[in-house]
Amino acid sequence: MITVLAVHFSVAVIAPFLFRLWGRNAFYALAAVPAVSFGWLMFQHNPIYSGPGAVTEAFDWIPSLHLEFAFRMDALAWIMSLLVLGVGALVLVYCARYFKREDQDLGGFGAQLLAFAGAMFGLVVADDLLLLFICWELTTILSYLLIGFARTRLAARRSALQALMVTTAGGLAMLVGLIMLGYTAGTYRISGILDQAPALVSGTSAGVVGAAVVLILVGAITKSALVPFHFWLPGAMAAPTPVSAYLHAAAMVKAGIYLVARLAPGFSETAYWQPVVLGLGLATMLVGGYRALRQTDIKLILAYGTVSQLGFLTMVVGLGTPDAALAGLAMLLAHGLFKATLFLVVGIIDHQSGTRDVRKLSGVFRSSRALGIVAGIGAASMAGVPLLGGFVAKESVLEAFVHHAADPHSGPWGMVVLAGLVVGSVLTFAYSARFMWGAFAAKPGVAPTPFKAITPSFLAAPAVLSVLTIAYGLWPVPVDAWIQPYAALFASTAPDAGTPAEQAGHLALWHGLTPALGLTAVTFVLGAVMYFGRNAVARVQSLVPAWVDGDRGYQLTIGALDDVAVWITGRTQRGSLYFYLAVILSVAFVLPLTAILLGGNALPRDVYLVDPNSPLQLVAGVGIVIGALAAVKANKRFLAVLMVSVTGYGIALVFALQGAPDLALTQMLVETIILVAFVLAMRSLPPELRDRTGGKYRVVRVIIGLGFGVTMVFAAIFAMGARTALPVSLQFPQLAYEGGGGLNVVNVTLVDIRAWDTFGEISVLALAATGVASLIFIRGRGDRLQTSASVAEGTVGRHHGVDPGSRDGAALAISRKFAAAARDPWIVAGRTLAPERRSIIFEVVTRLIFHSMIIFSLYLLLAGHNLPGGGFAGGLTAGLALTIRYLAGGRFELREAAPLSAGALLGTGLALAAVSGVVPLLLGGQVFQSAIIQVWLPVFGDIKFVTSTIFDIGVYIVVVGLVLDVLRSLGAEIDEHMEERSAAAAQQDEPEEDRPGQPEVEAERDLEPPLEPDTVPAETMPAETTAKGHA
Amino acid sequence: MSVNLTLLIVMGALYACGIYLILERSLTRVLLGLMLLANATNLLILATGGYAGLAPLFAKDTPAQDYNDPLPQALILTSIVISFAVTAFMLGIIYRTWVLARQDDIQDDLEDRRVAATPSFDAEDDAEVPAETSEFPLTMLGSDGRDVSNHQASGGDTGPETVQPVATVVAGGREMPAEHAAAEEKPGSLNIDPSPEGGGK
Repeated sequence: MITVLAVHFSVAVIAPFLFRLWGRNAFYALAAVPAVSFGWLMFQHNPIYSGPGAVTEAFDWIPSLHLEFAFRMDALAWIMSLLVLGVGALVLVYCARYFKREDQDLGGFGAQLLAFAGAMFGLVVADDLLLLFICWELTTILSYLLIGFARTRLAARRSALQALMVTTAGGLAMLVGLIMLGYTAGTYRISGILDQAPALVSGTSAGVVGAAVVLILVGAITKSALVPFHFWLPGAMAAPTPVSAYLHAAAMVKAGIYLVARLAPGFSETAYWQPVVLGLGLATMLVGGYRALRQTDIKLILAYGTVSQLGFLTMVVGLGTPDAALAGLAMLLAHGLFKATLFLVVGIIDHQSGTRDVRKLSGVFRSSRALGIVAGIGAASMAGVPLLGGFVAKESVLEAFVHHAADPHSGPWGMVVLAGLVVGSVLTFAYSARFMWGAFAAKPGVAPTPFKAITPSFLAAPAVLSVLTIAYGLWPVPVDAWIQPYAALFASTAPDAGTPAEQAGHLALWHGLTPALGLTAVTFVLGAVMYFGRNAVARVQSLVPAWVDGDRGYQLTIGALDDVAVWITGRTQRGSLYFYLAVILSVAFVLPLTAILLGGNALPRDVYLVDPNSPLQLVAGVGIVIGALAAVKANKRFLAVLMVSVTGYGIALVFALQGAPDLALTQMLVETIILVAFVLAMRSLPPELRDRTGGKYRVVRVIIGLGFGVTMVFAAIFAMGARTALPVSLQFPQLAYEGGGGLNVVNVTLVDIRAWDTFGEISVLALAATGVASLIFIRGRGDRLQTSASVAEGTVGRHHGVDPGSRDGAALAISRKFAAAARDPWIVAGRTLAPERRSIIFEVVTRLIFHSMIIFSLYLLLAGHNLPGGGFAGGLTAGLALTIRYLAGGRFELREAAPLSAGALLGTGLALAAVSGVVPLLLGGQVFQSAIIQVWLPVFGDIKFVTSTIFDIGVYIVVVGLVLDVLRSLGAEIDEHMEERSAAAAQQDEPEEDRPGQPEVEAERDLEPPLEPDTVPAETMPAETTAKGHA
Repeated sequence: MSVNLTLLIVMGALYACGIYLILERSLTRVLLGLMLLANATNLLILATGGYAGLAPLFAKDTPAQDYNDPLPQALILTSIVISFAVTAFMLGIIYRTWVLARQDDIQDDLEDRRVAATPSFDAEDDAEVPAETSEFPLTMLGSDGRDVSNHQASGGDTGPETVQPVATVVAGGREMPAEHAAAEEKPGSLNIDPSPEGGGK
């Protein structure tokens, strides 16, 4: 069986290539797959019917989920497979003539149809609940794709989606039911569960099993289009007609019937089974039949007819008696034969005449008598006319329900069901006649429909099916033999009940003058009356309002879901960051605070206000709080930044007082560099910092802020009070000294004990640096900066447009005069700066301290293993030195001080750190393992070198790279942007504003030949002066 | 385990101020708030180290508990430098926002607002579709039974039956066929209001 499945799916995969080779004739190749499988099925007849009763196969799939490829083919599965494979092959043959040569996407369509046949076969032979569910959902998805074949048509898309939604919803309910059932039974093998069924149904788990069965029935009801989910099936008629014939008549909609039939032997006695199966089945039969009489599209007549028949089948199959079981499968087979025939005929009519409308079709029978005869056989079988399969099956059904009604156990409801059944049969007869009339009759007043001649290959498939219908009717013995083993499953074991075959009865053309035959006669008479009085029936039907419409209900449900979704989205997704943050932060403090209050834990004992070892912390703390409050209140941008820096420096003090010199050092350096970065980045922004979130929002912010702060305090107190174990870090000093070879425990922790952390951190640094660069630079990373030698003197950062008569202008003139010098004594690129930008004092100081700082940073790096310092502190110090060079001499000075690209530095640092981690691995150690090397050098004496220092050097280089990137981006590149903008603006406005600046320009030209135009519009001024003022 | 209230109260104050600031629209204030939060968190980690102690520089005679706990220190050191990198990155964002849009504010997402105002009518789901009574509507047969489909028929003998009824929907003040309306729901179509977002130039 797994081979059959595998062949179906693998041929489906290569199907598109076959279609490319052979065009629409490739359908014949595809049809060969189910046809050959059908032949294989014939060989399974003997093992099943004369051997052990079933053929089984099982392969492990996912053992931990109890999932296996378990297959079992018994009588029921064999009969279903007959339909699935046989009709599948015929429909594929039919497709080869139904589609046109130039039709698009046939490859995908053929593949889906063949895969569907495989999935359906898998569904009926699966012996594992979960495998069954998987095949079930596969058929759902393939049905979605097949219905939506004409994807450019709105109707097809919508019907496909509707069918998918309805059947998937039912499928999910079914999954829950299957899992409940499998869990309760302790096995997912269907055969095993059915063996235990009597114990499950009557045991302690009866309630759970009852609920599980109802959930599974929900799946069956949606799949088989029973009321109230019947509406999707007529909608699915947007599918190409072969798909309707196969999925919506013979195969997929039978999946629900199959499931009912599969479970009925064990579970038809559960509490809700009979009301659900009989009640909904009967309702569906009547609703479908009633609505079929109203349709004007012959395909829709068949669709509603199918709905009606599905309800009928569900009732019969679900009744749970041996004779009903026999009748049910007989009807299932007969229905598959005649309904597929009729759908294929409809396809031919549509194909040849271009319409399916009852009001336009006329005289089709005259155009094609063969087609009319084939259709007539199908319709007669549907109506239950003698000598045909439908008659044989329907006789046994009526027989079974007459028995049921006569049985004292079933009470008055038995009669009601029987009466309903007869009414349904009358409707069936009437719509069968109406179908034939609508499709083939010559109608007065309607012009004969043009009808192309039908090729025999097109008619072959329905003709074969109608021949089978006749054969079935005339000689039902083999069918009877096929079904008997299944019917025997229901047989009573009471001593006076007789053999299973006697209980089930037999299929036969002639049973004698039975009550069933009488009911059939009544059906025919009433049906004929309804047909001939069809105009009166139609008038009555048009008077009755469509009081319940499943499709409308579906639309309303989906519409309501849409509305709710839009409403909830609109309420939660406001697009306001403030709103999101407020919600998140409120939850973040309300939940822990509630937990703390409700937890009722006592406060820890060892709580002290002031640390006896460092009372000065209190002073630092007051400073920090004042700084933070001032930062909140500040309405000037740089004031706020400064106040935040105050808290930062205060925290550095706290670190120092707490006994953490490394932290204090690093914090000081970082605060300083951040301050510079802030000033550089924000110089073009307006100086005011307006509070735009006012009013009630401010109150909310205060509440959330205070609440969060208080919660954090209490959470910290309780968390620390909850600590019972000794800190792991008590062993760090010893470890650091002996294993890491260093005295500075914090540094050894960073580069050795927790080196992985640090490696991750420097990777983040490299990322952030790259992020900064990519935000500021539009192209490249600014590595193309020219050397200062090629830059003309005094050209960088000139002020433009200052009125020489004003106070600023006078100051500018003085600064220019003083800055003019014949040589460049202090720093390399100072001469490139505009004179008013230079500060001699700053240049001198820079000259004095730059090299010392670099040496000091190297000292911090190398001594860091034993004394406060290390790669971070060292790198930041070097970065600070570069910052000073930049501030004193501008971007060309920075280029001279650090000719390397920041990216190269970051890469080198990361690579060095990675190498220091990997090399020990190559030498047989572990990642980041360090070694202590002691050597004696002539001058230096004993040298103790720890290899983790190499890692620290990597850290140092990464940090320098980060600072350099920040300076290049936020400093140099923004300088350049501003100069470009100011120069562009100056050029633009030259004509009007040139004249006032004329005298000064002339004066300066004597001194400095290469001059830019000296004017600028007023609007760029504030930005530049601001920058100067604050820097 | 000991609890240092001074550190924790300062921490709480920093958290409160930081949260107040990040609930502001100005990006600069949000960044400052983040920095305060980082500082507060560093204090929290520091407080887990217990009493102030000796700097953790190893000396053979000092017992381990006399040092200030080195593990929180290592964590804080990492945190300080990462905060620096994040701050630099945020500064880059602030500058870029200013250059592009001339504003320092966090803007509301207009698209989200538009979603909230979406009507529940969706042409794909709700438009009326004409009942189709054939899969081959273009096939029209002449009286002699030959195929005279529309594209072949040049003599204009195609009957009025071939004209399919077209359902229309009214969306955005325009009447259009339902099929088009469904197509226009896709992004980039004319139904989508192309007004600029963020007001940048």
